Amino acid sequence: MDTESTYSEYSHYSSRSRGSHRHGERSRDRHKSRSKDGSRSEKSVTINAPPAEPLLGDESTHGEEVQDDNWGETTTAVTGTSEHSISQEDIARISKDMEDSVGLDCKRYLGLTVAAVLGLLVFLTPIAFLILPQVLWRDKLEPCGTACEGLFISVAFKLLILLLGTWALFFRPPRAGMPRVFVFRVLLMVLIFLFVVSYWLFYGVRILETKDSNYQGIVQYAVSLVDALLFIHYLAIVLLEMRQLQPMFSVKATRSTDGETYFYSLGHLSIQRAAVVILENYYKDFSVHNPALLTASKSRAAKHMAGLKVYNVDGPENNAAGQSRAMITAAARRRDTSHNDLYYEEADHDRRVKKRKSRLVVAVEEAFTHIKRMQEEEQKKAPGEVMDPREAAQAIFPSMARALQKYLRTTRQHHCHTMESIQQHLAFCITNNMTPKAFLESYLNPGPTLQYSQDRWFARQWTLVSEKAVTNGLHDGVVFVLKCPDFSLVVTVKKIPFIKLSEEFIDPKSHKFVLRLQSETSV
Amino acid sequence: MAHIAGLPVTAVVQRIEIHKLRQGENLILGFSIGGGIDQDPGQNPYSEDKSDKGIYVTRVSEGGPAEVAGLHTGDKIMQVNGWDMTMVTHDQARKRLTKKNEDVVRLLVTRTNLETVVRQSMQ
Repeated sequence: MDTESTYSEYSHYSSRSRGSHRHGERSRDRHKSRSKDGSRSEKSVTINAPPAEPLLGDESTHGEEVQDDNWGETTTAVTGTSEHSISQEDIARISKDMEDSVGLDCKRYLGLTVAAVLGLLVFLTPIAFLILPQVLWRDKLEPCGTACEGLFISVAFKLLILLLGTWALFFRPPRAGMPRVFVFRVLLMVLIFLFVVSYWLFYGVRILETKDSNYQGIVQYAVSLVDALLFIHYLAIVLLEMRQLQPMFSVKATRSTDGETYFYSLGHLSIQRAAVVILENYYKDFSVHNPALLTASKSRAAKHMAGLKVYNVDGPENNAAGQSRAMITAAARRRDTSHNDLYYEEADHDRRVKKRKSRLVVAVEEAFTHIKRMQEEEQKKAPGEVMDPREAAQAIFPSMARALQKYLRTTRQHHCHTMESIQQHLAFCITNNMTPKAFLESYLNPGPTLQYSQDRWFARQWTLVSEKAVTNGLHDGVVFVLKCPDFSLVVTVKKIPFIKLSEEFIDPKSHKFVLRLQSETSV
Repeated sequence: MAHIAGLPVTAVVQRIEIHKLRQGENLILGFSIGGGIDQDPGQNPYSEDKSDKGIYVTRVSEGGPAEVAGLHTGDKIMQVNGWDMTMVTHDQARKRLTKKNEDVVRLLVTRTNLETVVRQSMQ
């Protein structure tokens, strides 16, 4: 509510007045919103009476541009009004874009280069171990027998397997950019680095300096390095891939605007990786965020607050607590019939939606009967009025357009679909021999976010808000929030309980039955 | 009135003497019985304790010998001519009551309010 009243104050000032008036207000607004977030984290609820604003300002809705009559009076100074004034949202967006484009690429490329360098070093090490003696002191070396040469083959194949395994495990395109480093991966890289460095040390001291002539020993040393690397690769698989497969936690993700909830099963993950998994599932599970559906509850809430006005007759002292208490008692006393309104409004809305839906279904079915798929033989016979799917869609679209438009308006989905997208979908359905019901399915039910084009998502930029460090593991009771400019996903983690199973043996011969009689005999 | 196995059963009983009526070839008593150790005691509507497998009078026909003798529905028959009726099967009970060579059956029956009635009359 607090944010709401702030935004309604500022959004309905017309863009013309933004130039001078807003410059001074902008920093104040940012401070205000930040302090409000701070107070909210302390879990305190404050009810702010709306400031005594001109009535015109209060009753206008979001997004409409209303000329506030008093703007001239409240402007203190008209400093160099520039033609290129931008609003606060624009600034926030630009700064965010800049941050992301520079920060993300840097981090990604840094991680990638380090990993590539390490990988190259690790791969070339055994080969170097084998080649260096041959290059440096070839004459002193003992000749390599059959066992030794067999080891060459083994080294070659093991290196090949290691290469394939590393490529499969590590060189995949990253699917998300996370705020902090991936702890396990870093640990593994450090481990590999130390391992290889220690092998090189040993090699340098004991073999290069003394110029050992036992070549078989050197080859066996290289083979042991490759074996150990394969085991580290196994460790990497277990730590990075397998440990999180067994489900340990049931995670509940709720959208803050409309309460849509989904449950997911996750294993042992860090908070940031769990956030990535949940976001991936968000795009395919949650229905698309529709701000038009939220206006009803907001207008009801506004009516609650706007019904009572508090006038301060005692002078400038601002007794906020007293004001809010007075408002609550007054609201409790008056007869609140808003529940009645809600009930009848919802019943009416349902009826209207059903009516429009039935009209739509009939119109679409009728439209589909005008189209018939031509068979191959008929195509050769009568090439008169042959149309491809796109033209066919354009031909039958006008007959159902009005009904569809009305239905979308009633269910407040009309901004999710453009004429172009509807026609494309119609052509798609005609091509694939779909029935009218299949065509309508994507309009009757709001689908998951992925189905719509990217500019309708309202969910591009995510921030992870967490009280614990994001590289901590999940455990029972962890709560974190994934924030988006328009809404947030609140995520709660609960542990799956330990299941204790006991067995009970039933002898198949123990299934016996008796008749239960109650007869009556007359004597 | 729950019976504990092994302990004697005590009850206040009423002696009822029924003279059988001859109807054609049969001698009838004019009531119906239900219950027995081979029957389901839970379905007996007249018993106080639903595990009681005794023989109960379920119906008394109007004007019949049983009604004349003072038998009521819901009575539990404890003895018939000296033979016990508390631990018999349904068929055994029927046979005891319908012996062709007996004209008179002397029953010992009990019902729940017998004890209170007797005590009241004794005061």
